[in-house]
Amino acid sequence: MIVADKKPLEEIIEQIKDCGRLLVLGCNECVTVCEAGGKKEVGVLASSLRMFFLKEGREVKIDERTLERQCDPEYMEEIRNVADGYDAIVSIACGVGVQFTAEHYPRQRVYPGVNTCFMGATEARGLWTERCQGCGQCILAETGGICPVARCAKRLFNGPCGGSTGGKCEISKETDCAWQLIVDRLQALGKMADYERIAPIKDWSKDRAGGPRKIVREDVKE
Amino acid sequence: MRLSYPTDIRIVRVPCTGKVDLIHILRAFEKGADGVSVVGCMEGDCHYNSGNFRAKKRVDQARKILDTVGIGAERVRMYNLSSSEGPRFAQYAEEMAEMIRELGPNPVRKTLQRENHQTGGER
Repeated sequence: MIVADKKPLEEIIEQIKDCGRLLVLGCNECVTVCEAGGKKEVGVLASSLRMFFLKEGREVKIDERTLERQCDPEYMEEIRNVADGYDAIVSIACGVGVQFTAEHYPRQRVYPGVNTCFMGATEARGLWTERCQGCGQCILAETGGICPVARCAKRLFNGPCGGSTGGKCEISKETDCAWQLIVDRLQALGKMADYERIAPIKDWSKDRAGGPRKIVREDVKE
Repeated sequence: MRLSYPTDIRIVRVPCTGKVDLIHILRAFEKGADGVSVVGCMEGDCHYNSGNFRAKKRVDQARKILDTVGIGAERVRMYNLSSSEGPRFAQYAEEMAEMIRELGPNPVRKTLQRENHQTGGER
């Protein structure tokens, strides 16, 4: 899932403090799972903002809404009839949702309520870690299911480097060396022959190096 | 025991303080409560193992938010006592009420009263 973290309340207040009518818009997908932008967080943010304005002596209408997804046009249309009633929308979906909201509702100011961080997994409640960088050319088959692009600080394809000590990366004692993990796993799988093969140069044009990316699927396009 | 404690406290009964969510605390303040105390079992004595620890975290979250919006973290407190400690409950209630009296009313009340006056109804 896409993992996001809550923005400091002060930062959101600073952005919206001159608004008169506000919609706090959540998303039922990834940000709900990482407890940053779901229905619950919409309630908490809206309540906090209401209290801020009440304390300032101002009457600000703040509504709450959570869409099934903010990255799909059909769900985005659900607020079509009400959107004009607001000066601004605080979207607490990931950066995709914020931008999609802004694209669909060009007359409303749209502000982000979370910091979108990475694609990762829930290791435990309150602990999310990065797993994928969306490089566009998956090599997990060769690396025992552990990604050196997302999990090696240097994105090495033929690792480990000299900074790997006791299974940890030189950037931090808490960061596992991805290549140590890869070697351990390949050993356990009896596939060390894969490790001996030198990985070819990666085509980074499929990563961000080639500019914004898109996928066109003629087989499913309407 | 026939203990007395301040009459301006409204008790909301919950099966466990673990049931008290952050939004419940915030809504109380949004609607004009002057203070909220969450009274849970002693740490380590929770019937559901971790309910009071969850409540403690939520109280901390509420304190941060209330400070940021200018209402003040000191208006929320978590107390821990066992169900047989009636006198202590009365003492904590008195302590909370005394602290709130010193702090004065919730600053959002003024705006809420003005709005109610204009609309002629309760929020």
